[in-house]
Amino acid sequence: MSIIKINNLSKSFGNLEVLYNISFELEAGESLVLLGRSGSGKSTLLRCLNGLERVNTGDITVAGHKMDYESSKLRLLRNDVGIVFQQYNLFPHLTVAANIALAPRLVRKVSKSDALTLAKEVLGQVGLLEKIDAYPSQLSGGQQQRVAIARSLAMKPKVMLFDEVTSALDPELTGEVLDVMEKLAKSGMAMVVVTHEMAFAKKVSDRVIFLHNGRITETGNPDEIFSSPKTPEFKTFLGAVG
Amino acid sequence: MDIVFQFGPVFKRMDLIIDGVTMTIQVALLSTFLGFLIGIICARIRIEGSKKAKFVVACYVEFIRNTPFLVQLFMFAFGLPQFVALLGFNIRPSPYYLAIIALSINLGAYSTEIIRAGLEAIPKSQIEAAQGLALTPFQIFSRISLPPAIAKVYPALSSQFILHMLGTSVISTISVQELTLSAGRIQSETFRAFESYFIVTAIYFALAIAFRIIFKLAARFALPWLHKTTNRS
Amino acid sequence: MRSFGLNEIWYMLQATQWTLYLSILTFVLGGSVGFFIALARCSRSRLLRAISGLYIQIFQSTPLLMQLFLIFFGLSLIGFRLPVLVAGSIALTFWASAFLGEIWRGCIEAVPEQQTEAADSLALTPWQQLRYVILPQASKIALPPTIGFFVQIIKNTSLTSIIGVTELMRASTNMNNATFEPMKVLAVASLIYFATCYPLSLISRKLENKLNVDH
Repeated sequence: MSIIKINNLSKSFGNLEVLYNISFELEAGESLVLLGRSGSGKSTLLRCLNGLERVNTGDITVAGHKMDYESSKLRLLRNDVGIVFQQYNLFPHLTVAANIALAPRLVRKVSKSDALTLAKEVLGQVGLLEKIDAYPSQLSGGQQQRVAIARSLAMKPKVMLFDEVTSALDPELTGEVLDVMEKLAKSGMAMVVVTHEMAFAKKVSDRVIFLHNGRITETGNPDEIFSSPKTPEFKTFLGAVG
Repeated sequence: MDIVFQFGPVFKRMDLIIDGVTMTIQVALLSTFLGFLIGIICARIRIEGSKKAKFVVACYVEFIRNTPFLVQLFMFAFGLPQFVALLGFNIRPSPYYLAIIALSINLGAYSTEIIRAGLEAIPKSQIEAAQGLALTPFQIFSRISLPPAIAKVYPALSSQFILHMLGTSVISTISVQELTLSAGRIQSETFRAFESYFIVTAIYFALAIAFRIIFKLAARFALPWLHKTTNRS
Repeated sequence: MRSFGLNEIWYMLQATQWTLYLSILTFVLGGSVGFFIALARCSRSRLLRAISGLYIQIFQSTPLLMQLFLIFFGLSLIGFRLPVLVAGSIALTFWASAFLGEIWRGCIEAVPEQQTEAADSLALTPWQQLRYVILPQASKIALPPTIGFFVQIIKNTSLTSIIGVTELMRASTNMNNATFEPMKVLAVASLIYFATCYPLSLISRKLENKLNVDH
């Protein structure tokens, strides 16, 4: 059963075409990595998947929801789709526990004590249980990003979207975040990851899509795509990122 | 020539002064609550309202900010009853309520601009994160945008409150029995005008200082996350 | 009973002159005193900073109406029987000088420290540093909030009507008492105030936006 199904997706900002005729499917439990140079449209594509960006044409179905920009339908979809950003975007005025409990309480109407249990559970998953009462400003970037992942997990999503989540981190802090994501992928969470971390793409992903100028230029499983790139664009890209 | 200050007779009417202080604080707090409420609503409209609504709010804000409070107060005090009578109602609202309305509407315009500045400083990514968590627009505004926005402009809002509290002295002109009017009554009984106003001015001064301290302390309790930025690990 | 017509509006417009004279006088006198208050606030002398700080604190922490009453009754207590216009101008001057002093202090402090250091190392005297380096930069920053404060001055001259200065507000009250048409009288009064203040507010905001873009 496919958890994401994209058909003929196109998007432009004014006259500038950023995504052109994108189609792909993702099976439940699979993890997909989107590669591409900056400006290739990979982040825009990811943001189309939970409706933060609106497409001009094309059909999108995510976690059983057909994309509909009517706000209440959009919220139903976002209920099942978690997203983590480059800038962690924790809410500065809320403690770690409150950051995590906020959406379950407001959206899913979970009771206060259940929300706290939930917060502890997901914080355990990202290994930050001891920071439950801290404020975001008291955490390192890597810890904030792990809390942001935990915050998404608390909504029990069917799909997780990661938008360059390690790009804003100091190199020595990326490992702890990637570890959490790897564990998540292994546990069978369907996820779409925009990243520059080649090692992660090679080791963790089930499938890779390479975007160039808003088009899917190359796609396949990591073993074959990295060992025998077909297009010159992907070869150049691999050469550049090492 | 000798100048003799006589504060004794003024102190004999301490009861009037205490009544005045109570009323001044009451009026200031009540109109501030309503004024900030208006400010929050209008600031939200100025950020994400329809074009028409934005225009209406802009007119309100500009009109209030570019006319004296005294004119606004008289409009409510003399104009509103005339208007109500024209509509055929036989109500005479008391000066107290008229003053509260005028003060709230006045403060509402100033706080709209302050709170709007705070809301504009909230990064768009914060709102996207909340959208990603499936929060409704109202939840996003009240839980995600507003608290940090208020915290950001907290100093400006506190000074606005002090100015506003001091500004309530003007409502003595429509006979609300607050601190300034107490001074007026005492001077008409004792004929010690300067002494009466001197003491009352000192009380306003003390109130302003006291509220400044209260706001500083309140920030420590209400906004702990602003002060906790240490012990990163 | 009089009815509210063109003659009455004309009377109010004439009184508006006094609102403007009083505003300009307050601005000039208050600005002159406020300039030195601002310098004292930024001075190296601790005593000067403390005194000017207290001065600002006193006038910013008491109602302008009380300041008006105290000057009005205080002057008559020590034997000066001055016209209300003079008492009003003196009180407004004190009040405006404290606020302008505080506004301008902020503008002087907004000039980066390195500018003083650079001027220092060029062997300029403190006065030369101020005159040729700090003030030219500070005055650029100061223009928008100063115009903004001038609007506050215009609005607050209305309080002098309470001690009997016949400016626009007092004239409006007189007209109201004569015609019993508060809505019309106050509508005209607020329109005159708005027509005077709004253009200044607009200029102030335009200049501020320009300043923000330039930096």
